[in-house]
Amino acid sequence: MKIPDLTELALRNLRESLLRNSLTTMGISVGVASLVAMLSLGIGLQQLISRRLVKSGLFDTVVVTSRRDLRGRDEDRNGPTPGESRVLDEPARQEIERLSNVIEAYPDIRFITELRFDDKPHLTMISALPSSAKSNDAFEGMQGSFFSSDTAPEVILQKTFAEELLGKAPGRGVDETKVADLAKPLLGKEVTMRYAQRISGPAQPSPSSADATTPTDSGLATAAYSVISREQKLKIVGVADLDPESMRGPTRAKVFLPLRLAEGLHVMQPTDLREISRAASDQPVYSSIGVRVKNPAQIQVVEDAIKKMGFNTFSILDASRGLKQVFGVLFAFLGIFGSLALVVASIGIVNTLVMAILERRREIGIMKAIGASDADVKKLFFAEAGAMGILGGVVGVVLGWAIGQVINLGTNVYLKRQGLPPEHFWAVPWELVVFAVLFAFGVSLVSGLYPAGRAARLDPVQALRYE
Amino acid sequence: MTTAPAVSAARGTVAIRSENLCRHYRMGETVIRAVDGVSLEVRAGEFVALLGTSGSGKSSVLNLIAGLDRPTSGSVVVQDRDLAKLSREELAKYRLRVVGMVFQSFNLIASMTLAENVDLPLRFAEVDRGQRQTLARQSLERVGLLGRMNHRPSELSGGEQQRAALARALINRPQLLLADEPTGNLDSHTGTEIMDMVRQFNRELGMTVVMVTHERALAERYAQRMIFLADGKLVDDRPNASTRRDSRGPGGQS
Repeated sequence: MKIPDLTELALRNLRESLLRNSLTTMGISVGVASLVAMLSLGIGLQQLISRRLVKSGLFDTVVVTSRRDLRGRDEDRNGPTPGESRVLDEPARQEIERLSNVIEAYPDIRFITELRFDDKPHLTMISALPSSAKSNDAFEGMQGSFFSSDTAPEVILQKTFAEELLGKAPGRGVDETKVADLAKPLLGKEVTMRYAQRISGPAQPSPSSADATTPTDSGLATAAYSVISREQKLKIVGVADLDPESMRGPTRAKVFLPLRLAEGLHVMQPTDLREISRAASDQPVYSSIGVRVKNPAQIQVVEDAIKKMGFNTFSILDASRGLKQVFGVLFAFLGIFGSLALVVASIGIVNTLVMAILERRREIGIMKAIGASDADVKKLFFAEAGAMGILGGVVGVVLGWAIGQVINLGTNVYLKRQGLPPEHFWAVPWELVVFAVLFAFGVSLVSGLYPAGRAARLDPVQALRYE
Repeated sequence: MTTAPAVSAARGTVAIRSENLCRHYRMGETVIRAVDGVSLEVRAGEFVALLGTSGSGKSSVLNLIAGLDRPTSGSVVVQDRDLAKLSREELAKYRLRVVGMVFQSFNLIASMTLAENVDLPLRFAEVDRGQRQTLARQSLERVGLLGRMNHRPSELSGGEQQRAALARALINRPQLLLADEPTGNLDSHTGTEIMDMVRQFNRELGMTVVMVTHERALAERYAQRMIFLADGKLVDDRPNASTRRDSRGPGGQS
């Protein structure tokens, strides 16, 4: 039989016992809906997290450190020994910035120092931010504004530090105090930062003596710089709700300065002690450099290029690979649970079709008597199963989508009450729609296997004798 | 009448030949010999009646000729096809192209209109929709049911249903018309109407007709030859002496 004829006959047969077939189809719909709901939740969550991570600047950033850094990040022992490798200084930074696919390379300036507010000292980690950090996700929901310029004497506080300044105990629960309440008494106020400025000493090593002795010895002998205690008044322009450096762990900063301002201060850095020989010059030496790449896909290329220059690199790319694995497992679980209802529904199809064979025994006998082959009968039952599958699949996708919308809406109402921005964590891409309908179709065909085979094998003489 | 005559074998050649045809069923320990060594020959264009009491095996013989059943032993050859040797698929094709069947209980599909019932064999033959509709109309016109083509079988009388079944049996222009008690569910008047039609097809289209009946009068009135079966065995095979004189009225049935 031709496919249009098959479809027509199948739909007619389905209409003949409308209630039973509708109930079976509804079963498939519920199965598909649960599958779609589960998977779109998974996809939505993944998209949400990816979006967050990309915005956080972690996925397009490579952190570069010198191999002199003895923290042992680099396992590669074949490279030059730490003592001989390159120093991460300003020329190196500029060289990295000239690499293709690199947007910017900014030094990571970070130091612990004292901030005075209301004549009370607060010891904290401070770090400098390039102006490109403005688009960083962490500043979403920030009170106040970002730095007015890259050199402005301004400061942005992280919420927990703002609480500390106001003498409030850090909130026990999640997001207990609203950032707006914290920002109100702080914005526009001044804090005083006390810091140690490094000034290069007057004695410069002469070229000849440097040649005569080993570099290390001559460096030590001639290195000299003074450290002067300084103060800098800073205006509080913003209070960040989220933690921009949440991925940094114990070295994360709670207070942020504009990058150029921080550079100009020549604050004594922890690396200065290690790089004592070079630090004597005015050229700064950086403990690490953040490199922003145009596209997360090019991270590997850029990383390789920087490694070739003789530096250690680290990116979140490896972490993201792990994340993909986590999502793979999550999808598998969501898919399995979502499919369970579809499995139950497929048993419903088998039942409905077996019942239909019993009812339509005579009809099958007639069809065979007037020339229907086994294949014709089989195809007819397959077509009925498939039609139920497709119908159920389409209705199920709509149902699943509707469930998702309702849950999304409900959650956003909840988020709004908590004072959080709305989120879209529900995604039904068209691939999922196509997949769900095809999957329902496939499951129905598999369910139709046994009934169709049984109908095809029916003995026409027996079937016609049966009154 | 627009339906072209069926492509029939030349009149007089052998259309059906069975040799020592057997169909045995096993029911637990006992073996039921529904058909037990039947050898017969039907020539092309012949109208043959298979007679016997119920349980004599006449319907079983018909089912074997129709290719609905397979012999336990022996052979049945229809127009040079040994049915026992055909695959299931080939048997279905044989039923579709060579055989038209009518039954005592009409066997129309209740959920379909007459037109759909009649063109169902053409769907299995994968004939285009347009041609199917034309043929179905012609076929229904031949049995005088064109006006009821969009009715369902339940809306029709028994005679009309059997006429629709005839139209369905004719639509593939079969060479062989097999009728199993075609008047069994009809009153004598409509029964005569149906039988007149069958005879018309036999004469005008050259179809070979094999009819199963237990009514001897009916066989005597229409068949050219009568084959008597009892307990699955052929007991008599004789030409019908009265068949050339058709002047007898419906009262011929008892």
